[in-house]
Amino acid sequence: MSNNSKKPGAAIAIYLVVVFVILYAPILYLAYYSFNSGGSMHSFEGFTLEWYGEVFQDTRLVIILLNTLAIALFSAAISTMIGALGAIAITHVKSKQFRSALLTLNNVLIVSPDVIIGASFLILFAAMGLKLGFTSVLVSHIAFSVPIVVLMVLPKLQEMSPTLIYAARDLGATRWDVLSRVIVPYISPGIFAGFFMALTYSLDDFAVTFFVTGDGFSTLSVEIYSRARQGISLTINALSTLIFLVTLVLAVGYYAINTRTIVLGRSARTGRPARVEAGE
Amino acid sequence: MQYRTRNIYLIPYAAWIVLFVIAPIVLIAYYSMFDIDGALTLGNYRRFFTPVYMGMAVRSFWYAFLVTMFSLLVAYPTAYLLTKTKHKQLWLLLMIMPSWMNLLLKAYAFIGMFGTYGPVNALLSAVGIGTKQILFTEFSFIFVAVYIFVPFMILPIFNALDELNPSLVAAARDLGASGWHTFRRVVFPLTINGVKSGCRAVFIPALSLFMITRLIAGNRVITLGTAIEQHFLVTQDWGMGSTIAVFLIIAMGLTMVLTGSGEEGRQHVK
Amino acid sequence: MKKVMQVFITVFLAAFALVGVTSYLNSSNGYSGADTLTVYNWGDYIDPDLIDKFQRETGIKVVYETFDSNEAMLTKIARGGTAFDIVIPSDYAINKMKAEGMLIRLDHSKIPNLKHIDPRFLDLSFDEGNKYSIPYFWGTMGIIYNPELTQGKEFSSWEALWDTDLRSEILLVDSAREVIGVGLNSLGYSLNDTDTDHLQEAYRKLCELTPNVKAIVGDEIKMLLANEEAAVGVVWSGDAAIIMDENDKLDYVIPSEGSMVWLDNIVIPRTARNIEGAHLFINFILDPENSAQNTEYVGYATPNAAALEYLPEEITGDERFYPGPDVTDNLEVLANLGKRMLGYYNELFLEFKMHRKRA
Repeated sequence: MSNNSKKPGAAIAIYLVVVFVILYAPILYLAYYSFNSGGSMHSFEGFTLEWYGEVFQDTRLVIILLNTLAIALFSAAISTMIGALGAIAITHVKSKQFRSALLTLNNVLIVSPDVIIGASFLILFAAMGLKLGFTSVLVSHIAFSVPIVVLMVLPKLQEMSPTLIYAARDLGATRWDVLSRVIVPYISPGIFAGFFMALTYSLDDFAVTFFVTGDGFSTLSVEIYSRARQGISLTINALSTLIFLVTLVLAVGYYAINTRTIVLGRSARTGRPARVEAGE
Repeated sequence: MQYRTRNIYLIPYAAWIVLFVIAPIVLIAYYSMFDIDGALTLGNYRRFFTPVYMGMAVRSFWYAFLVTMFSLLVAYPTAYLLTKTKHKQLWLLLMIMPSWMNLLLKAYAFIGMFGTYGPVNALLSAVGIGTKQILFTEFSFIFVAVYIFVPFMILPIFNALDELNPSLVAAARDLGASGWHTFRRVVFPLTINGVKSGCRAVFIPALSLFMITRLIAGNRVITLGTAIEQHFLVTQDWGMGSTIAVFLIIAMGLTMVLTGSGEEGRQHVK
Repeated sequence: MKKVMQVFITVFLAAFALVGVTSYLNSSNGYSGADTLTVYNWGDYIDPDLIDKFQRETGIKVVYETFDSNEAMLTKIARGGTAFDIVIPSDYAINKMKAEGMLIRLDHSKIPNLKHIDPRFLDLSFDEGNKYSIPYFWGTMGIIYNPELTQGKEFSSWEALWDTDLRSEILLVDSAREVIGVGLNSLGYSLNDTDTDHLQEAYRKLCELTPNVKAIVGDEIKMLLANEEAAVGVVWSGDAAIIMDENDKLDYVIPSEGSMVWLDNIVIPRTARNIEGAHLFINFILDPENSAQNTEYVGYATPNAAALEYLPEEITGDERFYPGPDVTDNLEVLANLGKRMLGYYNELFLEFKMHRKRA
């Protein structure tokens, strides 16, 4: 690897290309068969757009898809806020024992299998009298996404020098100023990492959602798993391919817009100078 | 002053811990005391220390360790090289996006790809290696597990590397350190927090992996996660399932203690 | 901070927009009527056109929710918080639901179409007199094999699985009662045997099968067999029908020593809110024409004798999926053996899986 830093270019490109190819191979495989007129992921018989047509005819499926995305975005955003604040709180704790205790508690939901989380949340919601449906699913997704956000934000906070905060306080900054002008800009890469991992957790979850959903509310994962006994039709492949393409376009588009604004408003960014200080 | 600051940040997080962590733990611990007929017992714990479950526990740890190690081996260079690219944030996002596709669908795709007549075997025979049994092997299990977890490893390492002050590396090189030496003495120690964070984000959930043990390994790999799943759903023996879960939580706590729960950053500052 | 805030505000706005679009779609499709019926079923296990037809005929809105296994469904209903009006569990799950008082007695006077059901599928051990359940689909358990890969071997007996030519060629379903049942049936015992000596004997016999077993899998068994990943599989007839639909080289047999017959059934759980509507729904599904339409959509065998007339001869005449009484008389329904015995079966199955690992 050290060689790569000496002469970047070919070696870097090859390694990254291999990783990308492997990461995208299953997705391309699913997308390829979504055009199969044969009706299964078995042998490709001919090209068809039939499955894509079926996606749009199936209103129930479209509603489920929109539900899934709404839950994912809401839960990722809210859990990122709770998790980032939690991570800040953890680093502020002075007692070493208390800090490890908090971190251990933090990771309980990551290590617990989904069935257990789902079943215990169900018992919890039943005890609280919360009606099962959109709200209960959202609350659960927030709950199981918080710990991964904490794990993603924590290393950034640990790198941050406390003197930075003391300096700001000495200069008369309020608590809010410290949070918004010093801490958050510094840890924002961790915050975004946490947000994306929370999205992953939410979109992937089947078991917890299954237990806490109700009132006709469903997510794509629950729908896909429950179709497995009958065999998952290529409509699901087509739908997933569409989602993936839309996400791809959004990501690249957002990035393009964002880079332009960064170039235009570079001086407004406060995160960069802070980093240099912390590195020393 | 410091104390009051901490309190305010702690409120939403503490509420979350009490409601969604402490309450479920209490429930699990409570259920672990009952046998299948609902009678109070410690028999579940006795049962856990029999060879069947101990063997399963050892294997779960071994596989979680392998998955974490290979994820790190793949993720570190990837994250490192990503920081060298133009538009690194975009490439990073593109690395995470496959993990948003439904896991069951991806598992089905792997079954198709790794199958006897799948593209991977077609490639192997084309280059003269010949058709191999890939599905239902430990190799395919580890491969797919690493595939699932690698974004969780890449992200924190990327963030750590990205913050690395390039002048430090340049200084080390100027002072005559070899590339490997610079990496070992300068780059790696400065990114250790990211590595630890990634290892936790992979190792802890890998302990209770269950679905791909069946889908990709055809139940050739049996982990504690599989057993919990069985007890909670099929046998409805919540007592035994909870007992295994209690053990998993204790094991996770020990792992946290052993990897030092985030003390390094502080020492590094002093 | 500004950048972080911007992103989060965008995310929230997008999420609210999605919720808005969803509720618009919900209302424009008339999915929010006053009189509703909540159906809890496997995914894609009913013709959606039939649901539309039911909504049009009765004015009752159908809310459709799905589960992926009987076990998960049972756990969810038992823990409360749900109000399903119709649930479609398998026979052995009905045993449990009955035992735990989770079901409502059906009013047969409101289900006149019950007369169309073949008497072979009525009054079975899991629900004598059909007080709580009505058959929905049925099938058997057997061996599916690929004649091209097994060189004309006969699979009319379970013993055929132990043939040394089938090294690492067999796929089993990941289900304790079914796999231990194969061991019991091959020894001439009942699927519902509770004698631990017999069970141990079956376990030892299964361990000898180990070298032939390629994998123990779930729903993906269909994909694996259709892709010719293995030559032989022990599967439910419903899965076999789907596999053979994708790959017509394969064939399905019910072994002569006996096997299991399964039924998925319609029930009304205790928590139901619209009991009147649930009876209407059951009667609607049992209508011969509706039943035939549903059978064509789902592809499993229907217990509705009157519906057979509306189905093509090539489906109903297929002895593999519509075996006559001479075959079905030899088959058993899974009985409720109690939690302890079920635990014992599962423990044996777990050890069988671990045994495979060492081999």
